Amino acid sequence: MTSLRIFFIGGLMSYRAMFGWLSPWILIPSLVVSPICQILLFAYIGRSAGVRDDEFYVIGNALNYAAIPCLFAMASTIEGERQGRTLGIVLTTPARRLPLFLGRALPVIANGWGVAMVGVLAGVALLDVEIPSGAWPALVFVVVVTSASCTGLGLAMGAVVLRVREGATFGNVIFCVLLVFSGVNVAREDLPGWMASVGAWLPLTHGIEAARLLADGSNLADVTGLVAREVGVGGLYTVLGLLLLRYFEAESRRTASLERV
Amino acid sequence: MKDRVAALLHQQAVCYRLQLKVLSTSAFEGFLAVLFPLMFATAALLVYRIDGDPESMQYAGLGAAIMGMWTCQGVVASSLLSRERWAGTLELLVAAPTSLTRILVPMTMAMSTIGLYSVVATIAWERWVFDIRLEIDNWFLFVVSVLMAAVTLATVGFFLSVTAIRYRTSWALGAALEYPGWLLCGFVIPVSLLPDWVQPLSWAIPTTWAMDAIRASANGGSPWADLAVCAATGAVYAVAAAYLGRRLVDSARRHATLALT
Repeated sequence: MTSLRIFFIGGLMSYRAMFGWLSPWILIPSLVVSPICQILLFAYIGRSAGVRDDEFYVIGNALNYAAIPCLFAMASTIEGERQGRTLGIVLTTPARRLPLFLGRALPVIANGWGVAMVGVLAGVALLDVEIPSGAWPALVFVVVVTSASCTGLGLAMGAVVLRVREGATFGNVIFCVLLVFSGVNVAREDLPGWMASVGAWLPLTHGIEAARLLADGSNLADVTGLVAREVGVGGLYTVLGLLLLRYFEAESRRTASLERV
Repeated sequence: MKDRVAALLHQQAVCYRLQLKVLSTSAFEGFLAVLFPLMFATAALLVYRIDGDPESMQYAGLGAAIMGMWTCQGVVASSLLSRERWAGTLELLVAAPTSLTRILVPMTMAMSTIGLYSVVATIAWERWVFDIRLEIDNWFLFVVSVLMAAVTLATVGFFLSVTAIRYRTSWALGAALEYPGWLLCGFVIPVSLLPDWVQPLSWAIPTTWAMDAIRASANGGSPWADLAVCAATGAVYAVAAAYLGRRLVDSARRHATLALT
């Protein structure tokens, strides 16, 4: 019961307290205007290059932008404790670490999902994109899975920013890696082989592929393999994040570097 | 008179040099301001490369090289005064006997210098990664056009920095301007591809004209007409910024809101 309370209530409180982007002055330009503009940018690049249709870029970039809250919100719910000098207090509590940190991921997944859906809906409204009405429930599900998978990477990044001071720079670098390697704007078969191989081990890649297939008329059963791979990659990063958190926690206790900023 | 000119030049040089040092040692405003557009340029070039048309690659390669100049100015300039506010130095700048215009212009020139570095880095990246050898018909005119882009972008940065003085989270505004700038200035897509009602917005940005001048110099045309319009629109931004800057700072001082974060 305590673990459930920590997971749900603690996670929500932490998200609301630590993710400074919830102010509308930040949220609207960062998580509404920017994803729409990124979609438009690449849709027009695609038109100019005569490569693929608008739907391809809408799906790819909308899901890519889900990575922004998933990376930054997840990292700030951990790094923010250090900035607020509360990390020591949190880590000296007897609370189990699993619900403590995974609970923080739940609102982040919802946020990532919301950003991606805003992007998809804006793409449908502004560009020549038609997604079959029957595809929407499965598409919504795949976006949830992809956001969860990205949040796993965000958890790993959150652990690393316990030691790396430039969290914002680090997050942007990871976002760029996802943009180039995850098949956001170039299908995996059109990427150089080594880039496609790297992409296969990143979140987003399989989720984007599944979402594109669904938008093209496939059903959920056709993309279960891709969804399973997305879950697997996300799970891998979540486990890595938890291990890194444990490692950095122990290391920071040993070297008295927990609150060094 | 001679002493006053010498004092002005000395002050401009000191402000420029200090700001350049700040930017070049900052991971976020220096390193990331170059890397972020470089990765987006990479994504755009990967899209263009699918078709493999050498003419399209030249077109995109030239625009992608200039993209970074917008990032170095737009994002950093928007939050320029906010950063001074956070550092507690905004009141000192405003209260100094030197006018704010004389302080901000060399600062935005320093940002443009980072932008010029971004151009060189992107051209080297394109050659190394994509094997694009930019064919420039007239290097002299090309360099003049790039320098004109840098100078007029500094005036746009000056305008952004003063108009965002009351926007406490102006970094979010600056980040949200990144993609629209890339779209509107015609770096990697022709402006004529944009909807008719959007194109006047493009014409109001000096960088659009600078980009046309850069393409004209590369293709053997005359860039002078575009450069003249570019200089004129840049001058409008500078005059508007100087006027608005004085009004907005006076207003902030009158309402005692200058230092509020």
